[in-house]
Amino acid sequence: MRVITLCALVLLAGTLFAQHGAPRADVENGAMFYQRNCAVCHGPNGDVVAGVDLWSGKFRRVSTDSEIVGIMRNGIPDKGMPPANLTERQAEQILAYLRFEAAEAARIAALPGNPADGRAVFEGKGACLNCHRVGTRGSRTGPDLTDIGSQRRTPEELQRSILDPNADINPQNRFVYVVPADGKRITGRLLNHDAFSLQILDSEERLRSFQKSKLREFDFEKTSMMPSYQGKLTSAEIADLVVYLLSLKGITP
Amino acid sequence: MNVRILLSSLLLAGSLAAQVPFDRILRADREPHNWLTYSGTYKSQRYSTLDQITRDNVKNLELQWVFQAQYLDPYEPTPLVVDGVMYTMQGNDAVALDAATGRVYWMYRYTPSPDARLCCGRISRGLAILDGTLFMATVDAHLVAVDAKTGRPLWDVKVARAEAGYSITHAPLVIKDKVLVGSTGGEYGIRGFLAAYDAKTGKEAWRFNTVPGPGEAGHETWGGDSWKTGGGSIWVTGSYDPETNLTLWGVGNPGPDWNGDVRPGDNLYTCSVIALDADTGKLKWHYQFNPHNEFDWDAVQVPVLVDMDWQGQPRKLMLWANRNGFYYVLDRTTGEFLLGKNFVKQNWNVGFDEKGRPMMAPNTKSTYEGTLIFPGNQGGTNWYSPSYSPRTGLFYLSAWENTSSIFAKRDQEYVEGQFYGSGQPRSPHPRGIGMGMPRLAQPPNTRMDEENFSAVRALDPRTGERKWEFKMSNATDSGILTTATDVLFSGGREGYFYALDARNGELLWKVNLGGIVAMGPMTYAAEGKQYVAVNAGNSLFVFALRDE
Repeated sequence: MRVITLCALVLLAGTLFAQHGAPRADVENGAMFYQRNCAVCHGPNGDVVAGVDLWSGKFRRVSTDSEIVGIMRNGIPDKGMPPANLTERQAEQILAYLRFEAAEAARIAALPGNPADGRAVFEGKGACLNCHRVGTRGSRTGPDLTDIGSQRRTPEELQRSILDPNADINPQNRFVYVVPADGKRITGRLLNHDAFSLQILDSEERLRSFQKSKLREFDFEKTSMMPSYQGKLTSAEIADLVVYLLSLKGITP
Repeated sequence: MNVRILLSSLLLAGSLAAQVPFDRILRADREPHNWLTYSGTYKSQRYSTLDQITRDNVKNLELQWVFQAQYLDPYEPTPLVVDGVMYTMQGNDAVALDAATGRVYWMYRYTPSPDARLCCGRISRGLAILDGTLFMATVDAHLVAVDAKTGRPLWDVKVARAEAGYSITHAPLVIKDKVLVGSTGGEYGIRGFLAAYDAKTGKEAWRFNTVPGPGEAGHETWGGDSWKTGGGSIWVTGSYDPETNLTLWGVGNPGPDWNGDVRPGDNLYTCSVIALDADTGKLKWHYQFNPHNEFDWDAVQVPVLVDMDWQGQPRKLMLWANRNGFYYVLDRTTGEFLLGKNFVKQNWNVGFDEKGRPMMAPNTKSTYEGTLIFPGNQGGTNWYSPSYSPRTGLFYLSAWENTSSIFAKRDQEYVEGQFYGSGQPRSPHPRGIGMGMPRLAQPPNTRMDEENFSAVRALDPRTGERKWEFKMSNATDSGILTTATDVLFSGGREGYFYALDARNGELLWKVNLGGIVAMGPMTYAAEGKQYVAVNAGNSLFVFALRDE
């Protein structure tokens, strides 16, 4: 059976329960039922249907929990929303999940910090563009952060990545080194590998492919290429940086 | 190809004109230019005596033709070949092609009901043939007979209710005058079965319930009404032993998958191999690999039947590498447990009792918080066809190493037709570096071996000891083919199709086909030329030696 699709969502939900009161199992079940029954029209972030934002915690037609549950189960036939084959309990769990997402969105909106000041830190004192790219600016050697604010990473996780980059390295952002026949060591971000070959973006931003059998040596870099900013930025600057990163939602605003 | 085989193939082709009586399937090993049943022969060894492609010349393989299926789910059928005609599938369409050129003779298009529900894709793994009739099972749980010459349907029977989660994804198995099929749906609270249909009329001949009801032996292993939604799916083709007239099949997970509290007991015959009388469907013996399983470990592997010496005595054996990470040897006449040895990292089993019942390690129950188990939900292997070579005497399997899942149960009520898992296995690796189901578009692979990897592994069938392995950096859903020239063919999710030396695992040849291989490669001959066929992505690729 297919399990990966839901894993990321469930893991995300799992990391946040310390901050919210909903029973974890209800929200996890709700996330699962949401993906199976609702996401195809409402989208993964609840905002695909025009004029409807399920993450806002506000609903146009209804206000009580039982009314929302009723709409999920019965649909709104004249507006094109079909009924879903859900029990009342399942619909209640979806609602718990929607409430959880709404609370999380509200919490992020209330965070201290100023995105404009964060951008100044990012581009100035932090020198983050030396490795990272946002939109059309910065280096491609490190992870592109253009849509980091859409990647469902919590403020706490982003802060940890700034202060302790080794704590959690995204598997998609791993670096490797290779030593070809000429003995010159090359480091790069691993883009792909298989039994016979590996593909990297090297430190000069070149896309390169190597046959493993022709390398003298290759391995993963065991620690992050990113320096820790612990003690290098003030707590206010870190807070600004975090809200700036959360504001980066991709190439379309 | 040697002269004898060439002559016999020409004679058969001329005299029988694509009529495939049961006797030909029974002796399929005598006509290696053909591939008459899902696993090649009833013994399911996926070993071919064709010898034109050798360890020395396999490097000269070149592409002969491609069939591009108009179909986007995982592409898993093993083709059949009968006297120069190939029969394969495109979803639930049956296709006849010229095996030498790939030109299509006919295509029978079947549109499954939108009621069909599948956990893991609208998959079909192949056809069966008897006389001049093909048999196709469908994802909406029908069995359809199709004229092999014209592609016209002859009969169409409803095997089970698609709206309740029943569907058929495996290739049917023909035995004598019957066609055998079971149903998938282990994630929908089905009650599983294996059924036999009269090949001429489509009339049901017998049905064996893999989850016994009141009055049936084994019913006492289900608490309360849990048997009604007990799972026990069948989704990979079984084997047949003509000497005992037993047909052997693997049975899937109990339902719901990840919460055993609601189904107290051993939950027979889930996670078991069952041996049934092929004429009556009566159970002769069974062996349960995992009583009361909570990890989705379908025992749907292909039973590999081998006659060889066991501790100095000739014995009729069944070899089986299970999703639970253990390699087993059973006596296939009696079901006696002879050996169980893990072939990948595992932490659930601390041994077997004298009857072969596994002893569970402490703290290996699914919990609300989650329990870390090796191997993971997808297992140490799965439905990928293994191979046994009588020449090397080795057993070959596709293994997933270092995989694990955190099994977390939940409370869930059963609603007909809805996903019924009562839990969620999680990857212990954050952000999706675990190994899951096959995907059409794989994300870039950046995994490390310590997280997981896959391999073709060769085992000594008498001990389960590993003789060699060929490692891949990503998962594999590929089966394995071996030949009389000690060439082994396989593939994987990296998109390669490759040949190894079956004696030592040395790489002999590879080609990047750019799509996952999720089926068992097969070989055949047409007009005296040996071909190897493999699906990758959504196409069938056929190779042969370059003309000199």
